Amino acid sequence: MKRQNVVKKFGAVILSMSLVVSGLTGCGKEGSAGEPENGNGVEKVTITNVSYDPTRELYAAYNPLFKQYYKEKTGKSVEVVQSHGGSGSQARSVTEGNDADVVTLALAHDITLIEEAGMIEKGWLDEFKGNSSPYTSTIVFLVRKGNEKGIKDWDDLTKEGVQVITPDPKSSGGACWNFLAAWYYADQLYNGDEAKKKDFVKKLYNNVLVMDSGARGATTTFVENGQGDVLIAWENEAFASVNEYPDKYEIVTPSVSIKAEPSVAIVDENAQKNGTEDVAKEYLDYLYTDEAQKLIGENFYRPSNEEILKTFSDTFDLNINMCTIDDFGGWDQAYKDFFDDGAIFDEIYQQ
Amino acid sequence: MKKKERSVLPGFGMTMGITVAMLSLIVLIPLASILAYSFKMKGSEFVELITRPNVVQAFATSIGCAFVAALVNSVFGLLLAWVLVRYNFPGKRLIDGMIELPFALPTAVAGITLTKMYSDQGAFGKFLERFGIQVSYTKLGIIIALIFVGIPFVVRALQPVLEKLPLSLEEAGTMLGASRFYTFRRVILPELMPALLTGFGLALARGIGEYGSVIYISGNSEKQGTQVVSYIIMQKLNSGRVDYEGAAAIALVLLIISFVLLFVINMIQIMASKRTKQ
Amino acid sequence: MEQEKKRRNCQEQNPWVPRILIGISVIFFVIMLVVPLFEVIYRSLREGISTYTSAITAKNTLSAMRVTLLATVIAVVVNTFFGLCASWLLTKFNFKGKHALSTLIDIPFSVSPVIGGLAFIMTFGRMGWATPVVEWFNETFGTDIALVFSVPGVVLATIFVTFPFVSRELLPVMQAQGTAEEEAAALMGAKGFTIFKKVTFPHIRWALLYGIILCAARAFGEFGAVYAVSKARGKTFTLPLEIDALYMAGSANSITQAFAVSSLLVLLAIIMLVLKQIVEYRGKRDS
Repeated sequence: MKRQNVVKKFGAVILSMSLVVSGLTGCGKEGSAGEPENGNGVEKVTITNVSYDPTRELYAAYNPLFKQYYKEKTGKSVEVVQSHGGSGSQARSVTEGNDADVVTLALAHDITLIEEAGMIEKGWLDEFKGNSSPYTSTIVFLVRKGNEKGIKDWDDLTKEGVQVITPDPKSSGGACWNFLAAWYYADQLYNGDEAKKKDFVKKLYNNVLVMDSGARGATTTFVENGQGDVLIAWENEAFASVNEYPDKYEIVTPSVSIKAEPSVAIVDENAQKNGTEDVAKEYLDYLYTDEAQKLIGENFYRPSNEEILKTFSDTFDLNINMCTIDDFGGWDQAYKDFFDDGAIFDEIYQQ
Repeated sequence: MKKKERSVLPGFGMTMGITVAMLSLIVLIPLASILAYSFKMKGSEFVELITRPNVVQAFATSIGCAFVAALVNSVFGLLLAWVLVRYNFPGKRLIDGMIELPFALPTAVAGITLTKMYSDQGAFGKFLERFGIQVSYTKLGIIIALIFVGIPFVVRALQPVLEKLPLSLEEAGTMLGASRFYTFRRVILPELMPALLTGFGLALARGIGEYGSVIYISGNSEKQGTQVVSYIIMQKLNSGRVDYEGAAAIALVLLIISFVLLFVINMIQIMASKRTKQ
Repeated sequence: MEQEKKRRNCQEQNPWVPRILIGISVIFFVIMLVVPLFEVIYRSLREGISTYTSAITAKNTLSAMRVTLLATVIAVVVNTFFGLCASWLLTKFNFKGKHALSTLIDIPFSVSPVIGGLAFIMTFGRMGWATPVVEWFNETFGTDIALVFSVPGVVLATIFVTFPFVSRELLPVMQAQGTAEEEAAALMGAKGFTIFKKVTFPHIRWALLYGIILCAARAFGEFGAVYAVSKARGKTFTLPLEIDALYMAGSANSITQAFAVSSLLVLLAIIMLVLKQIVEYRGKRDS
């Protein structure tokens, strides 16, 4: 008797659990069905944009703009699924099967990884204007209000007692930009003296307090957890932080820096499979329109359109002396020289 | 032990089939891919990678911190289990119920929360800083995170054994005039040892591979030796040079360590159950 | 029971010993578990209740909730089935390689979640060796299944990390019970499933339910392994991934939202743990 009772109770528990689940599931579905673009049988396309961490806000603002434009132009409704993370790991996820129609990553090298996997056709760098970079950025310093340590330029970061926050170049693309910008400064300062340059970056990296795995993590460590005196940051990230907490942070632009060119591309293999080639191309083309370029500037990326960039001259320091990745012989050479196992970064950072 | 030639019970073939099939499909086949990838490396490359200073250091950090955390958990886990089984006090069932919280709380949430609490901006961190103790971004931080993650293992391994432990053992000890501590050390502890070792081993195994709760609080500094093995694996994967073979090779070493640990734990349990049967 | 307890309490010669022991345990417990918990709840409510409710009813959160529950329920069902089979096999029969088999089952317990995710990618990812098999299956049956970067991938990863949870709870109970009762029933001519239902099940029901609850609790909290195979927010994200995404968005508001969603998970965890308490209590009372 008792046993049967228990079996019944068991059944009841499992039944009620599945009811709860189906209830919740139903609830959720209703929620999304209530969305306007799902009704009326309007033709709907979905594309996935695999991007890197700092662009969350940019694409959250850009996607509605594009949606509206696309609807007006074609009558079709488009949904954009966003994916964000460290640039390198995002690129890897695409080669592993993450079904991206377009990628908008931090550096050309990461897109090259996808190209090498045979998913993007060669020549993608020239498919869109300006090395397929609709926006650029650079590396600046974010310091706490008042700048107590008097940080003005790269050499201030090597001084004793200055605590620096920058991510690990061996696991983050953004961190590579930081390292290369510092290296370029040392190169100018010491007229190319290799030993002195190494000594300079060694001192700088000795001052690194917390080395996060990615740029976003480093920003969190500096801003949210209050660690360190200076964050070596993307210009757009630094502006976003100052915008959020105007009384707590200020930006210091160093005398030299590096021109960061985040690149975009259509992932041909996936777009062909998903039948989204047209909308994918449209999505990236639209980034170059005046409206989008303005939005880009408002989100603190430097618009690639010179005219529109000039309208933001009171935001950005347009006179900064910037090197490019070409000064280091391209990404492949840069990895060989600096970031591969046993290269310069290991040399200066290991004990 | 009696050796049965054939059991009268049905279902051997069926359960064997299902068990092996599901185990292979969900656990073994995916893990075999790691083996396959690491075999793409030459033996010399493998050795070269595994003996790199940062890899060796990461293994030392992971194993060392997990060991200390498991040790702390053994002491406090024993105490908690003892108190929960032997005494009555208000809030006892609440504590008992919340022991598994670290299982259920996502490791990333735990890591983020602990980092904030123990950084010099957080409540605990500020307090400890007065004594010159820094927790976040040091090995101590890794240990704290691993203690958090490992608590349930020891408590839950000990509780059932403690519950079954007859009181007569202690009574006999006390009646014979032994001190409480002596009784505990010589009579109770040996009885608890297998369960304690099991809990210790599980907490250790879990701690060595832990990722989510550790990466935020560790600071991942190669200089201060706060990179853990899981971090190195992710570093190999996320760098501009995606290094699957290297990641798989390090993962393989980690897998072997966990397998050996688990095997030893199972052996301890088997020996313990044999002993009680005799 | 009660009498025994009284007897024991009388025996304590020094009342301070239990007090000190309880004190130390409670302090350890509060510092290590309660304070972090309150930190999560405090931070989730810091911006007021409206921020809280909007965070937990956001479209992405609801979608994540759905995926989490789906993955949890499937993982529980699969692992219960597996756990019953495996513990029957391991406790009712003797065979070579038994210890190795039971160790292999335990592997997901201690394997780094990073490795779990990596293993699935290397097997079922675009360059994984099993991908042609999946593609062949899809072509033959006209399906469109993907085992990574998809909801099935999330489910699979969740099953992986919770794989041993049910069997681990069942094994000691069935081991202790031995095989005599079942053998007697078998000799009297009972069929396999009847033996299980009538003889074995009553002994293990509480352990089974306990294992199920633990499995569920672990399933909805999993981060590492799922993170590797789920990249699309609002589609394949689970609650822990949504929390991570909110936290990584970095603004003060989104961080509060992250903690709000975390508190949801804490709540789920507490519900599970209360259920577990009831189960344990009933189990003890019945035995």
